[in-house]
Amino acid sequence: MPENNRKIALELGLQEEEYQKILTILGRTPTPTEIAMFSVEWSEHCGYPHSRKWFELFPREGNFAALVGEDAGGIVYQGTAIVFKMESHNHPSQVEPRQGAATGIGGIIRDILGSGARPIACLDSLHFGSLDDRRSRYLLKGVVDGIAFYGNCVGVPTVAGELCFHPSFQGNCLVNVMCLGVAPREALAPARAQGEGNLILYVGNKTGRDGIGGCSVLASQEFGEGEEKRPSVQIGDPFTEKCLIEATLEALESGYVLGIKDMGAAGLTCSSSEMAASGECGVEIDLNRVPVREENMEAWEIMMSESQERMLLCVDKEHEQQVIDIFHKWGLEAATIGRVITQDKVVIKQRGEVVAQIPAQALTQPPVYDPPQIKPAYLDEVNDARWRKIFPPSDWGEVLTKMVSSPNLSSRRWVYEQYDHMVQTNTVVLPGSGTVILRIKDEKWGIGVTSDCNPVYCYLDPYRGTQIAVAEAARNLASVGARPAGITDCLNFGNPQKPDRYWQFVQAIKGLAEAARFFGLPVVSGNVSFYNESPQGAVHPTPTIGMVGIIEDVNRAISSSFTQEGSWVILLGDTKEELGGSEYLQLMFGLEVGPPPEVNLETERKLQNLLLDLVSRGLLLSSLDLSEGGLALALVEGCVTGEQAMGVKVELESLGSMREDALLFGESCGRALVSVSPACLAQVQSICEKYEIPARVLGKTGGDKLVVEKSSRVLISTKVDKIARLWTDALSSLL
Amino acid sequence: MKFGVVVFPGSNCDHDCYYALSQVVGVETTLLWHQERDLKNCDAVVLPGGFSYGDYLRTGAIARFSPIMDSIRQFAQAGGLVLGICNGFQILLESGLLPGALLPNRSGHFICRFVYLRVENNRTPFTSLFQLGEVLKIPIAHNQGNFFASSTDIRSFLDNRQVVFRYCDSRGEVTEVSNPNGSLESIAGLTNCEGNVMGMMPHPERSAEEILGSTDGKKVFQSIVKWWEEKEIARK
Repeated sequence: MPENNRKIALELGLQEEEYQKILTILGRTPTPTEIAMFSVEWSEHCGYPHSRKWFELFPREGNFAALVGEDAGGIVYQGTAIVFKMESHNHPSQVEPRQGAATGIGGIIRDILGSGARPIACLDSLHFGSLDDRRSRYLLKGVVDGIAFYGNCVGVPTVAGELCFHPSFQGNCLVNVMCLGVAPREALAPARAQGEGNLILYVGNKTGRDGIGGCSVLASQEFGEGEEKRPSVQIGDPFTEKCLIEATLEALESGYVLGIKDMGAAGLTCSSSEMAASGECGVEIDLNRVPVREENMEAWEIMMSESQERMLLCVDKEHEQQVIDIFHKWGLEAATIGRVITQDKVVIKQRGEVVAQIPAQALTQPPVYDPPQIKPAYLDEVNDARWRKIFPPSDWGEVLTKMVSSPNLSSRRWVYEQYDHMVQTNTVVLPGSGTVILRIKDEKWGIGVTSDCNPVYCYLDPYRGTQIAVAEAARNLASVGARPAGITDCLNFGNPQKPDRYWQFVQAIKGLAEAARFFGLPVVSGNVSFYNESPQGAVHPTPTIGMVGIIEDVNRAISSSFTQEGSWVILLGDTKEELGGSEYLQLMFGLEVGPPPEVNLETERKLQNLLLDLVSRGLLLSSLDLSEGGLALALVEGCVTGEQAMGVKVELESLGSMREDALLFGESCGRALVSVSPACLAQVQSICEKYEIPARVLGKTGGDKLVVEKSSRVLISTKVDKIARLWTDALSSLL
Repeated sequence: MKFGVVVFPGSNCDHDCYYALSQVVGVETTLLWHQERDLKNCDAVVLPGGFSYGDYLRTGAIARFSPIMDSIRQFAQAGGLVLGICNGFQILLESGLLPGALLPNRSGHFICRFVYLRVENNRTPFTSLFQLGEVLKIPIAHNQGNFFASSTDIRSFLDNRQVVFRYCDSRGEVTEVSNPNGSLESIAGLTNCEGNVMGMMPHPERSAEEILGSTDGKKVFQSIVKWWEEKEIARK
């Protein structure tokens, strides 16, 4: 028997040493149910054994009051808590894209709901293999369909995100989803059980045999060849989730709910043990009272199931029925399945017998590993600046045409139009025209949201690449007038037991921590996704940064689109001769070489403050930070994203002498493109001087052409409606 | 005047309609729970958008059996004003309060974007503040907004001036390109014969404030208020 149990443990993904540790904790051989519980709670996905020790590097406070901890991660502004978190659903989406992505949205929404906040927006950061591969197209369509299916029905707008194609994601796509919610600060609910004899209430969907081992078997192992993991993917029911949102918020308002936690990864095991541990008490649960979809479910199945749309509540024992009635009104299951006890243990009973009895603290404190790190050998090879020897093409108009219709740089309209990005009527700057801004009804202020990461930069230099991601997200927000306030992250890497992958991870953590601290941004929540590997190798390191900012006057929000003929177009910040890691090199020459552009955090901060100042004074007509595709793509976006396409004519001589491709398509950090009415030009220039940010007037908007000249020589001259068509239709025509 | 906004399980534009009516238009508004039969003396009822019962069956097919729909049917038959928006339009069709059907979009996808509408009839309670032929900017967000009916029915809708809104371009031209979902005759909004029940796929509550990019939707609600107030004065 003991030997058999050991075998079960190893099959469920526990390590030999972990099994030994369990023997020590319990002082006896664990039951199968206990093994199951340890296997999910200590899995990489739930317990973070390979990453937890690094989290202490992250800043926990910053420019705004921060909420960092077990219950909810977020910031507080004028008494309102803005709670946000990002999570991965990579492996489920790779196996079953529609349901994998849908349940990713469902899960992250419940995460926010569990803090007591109403979910007000979602974002999705998606990475797939090359678009010319059939399977990548299948995955993309399935994932977008899944997010639309779930998000649209549940009534939470999907407002922003990223979409990136790169061969490294061929066998392992990345689906990172973020949700944010708001609540009065005092209405947030703790994720803990409390008060002996109070009741543990199970609400939402019934428990079935779906998603068993989702977090341990599926999310915490590499993809091998030809394995069948589809049964570990959960099935989403957005209608039930919508009812669950309304019922839960109503129940919280009643005041009888003392603690709440979503049942996500590791389901009932995670929610019950973590509520007990953080309440420094225990819980006793009777599995015969759990609403189940089918007869004769084993204890370990119920404890491991990741059936969706379920929450666990700790309810005041005097008011059980009032809370149950609220859930019944919304047509949901609600069953008292246990109670709070004073001892530090999670007791699970089935058919009158104790099937598991584990100290809650020990169960929720998985071992911490610090595996070896080795700097990967490829780094020197790819960072040799070999691009300097490339002979640039002669026809820049042709290059621009190719760039605007490429999978990575073209409009994301095909995606965001499939998402309801307007429901709740808070989206005041819509996707497709810069950084999205949400209003808060009846308040003057609003929220900017963005997500960012360039996996190629991070592959070439994980430390710098991650700092660029933080800097760019912050620049994104500042460019529309939102002061960066807090970070959530989703760190996607390969197998942490491989030293080169682990080195990348640690470098990214250090880069993130330093940049966040420098900008005064707390890391309020996050997620680590390891084992993103297929037989072809690991994905490019992708530490996705989700960032939230505050705009003091939401009426000042601006977009990236040129709005007025005859306005001055100004480039803020310096352009350097940098092409390493650029989309231009990858697309035109198939070259993935570094080094990625330099990032100077001090300059970035000055630029952020300058942009915030300019927007708050109402001096800008449009504003867009420069990123992939450089100045040329920023000009295109200015021209084509407005209600009517508008031309522009610019002269680049003032940017200094360098390769023309670097001028047009280089991705130097610390830059933004703004347009200003003639009457405000002098004032804008003097403010830029005050912030010590170079402001070069490049030209004027107007006409029906995009014209770029250098020393009076025409580099590009093209009709904007032609570019607009190419840019807008590229993605759907590539599918 | 008092509005009622029905809350079905799965409605997700109920709060948005409530906000637009009570806060933006400034008219008394109450929420009506689908299990109730009492319309609480409302003078107009809005069936909001969303996914009632998840729309797992045909859109609106389950919501029409809600107890409140019996009361709404009686209310409509007595001349009461009923506006169905998006899923609300679909529910009105399933309930038999409006003729026709809404099929999946021609593209096969959900579409969320601003579109233009041309006012085809301004002598309805829902459009009394518009000019005939006026071009409105109001967003759509749906999977199934592709209006369909037999050619005889379509003919009679046009003859009876039941077609209230048609999709068009920014200049008011009704073209193939300006039709986002494949609706016959680019129909975006339709009334019953009597003109007191209207269904529309676009969302007026999402275009009721300057900050949301358009105030054209607000005028739909204000039209209802104006029409009702004039009728009240005449009655007195």
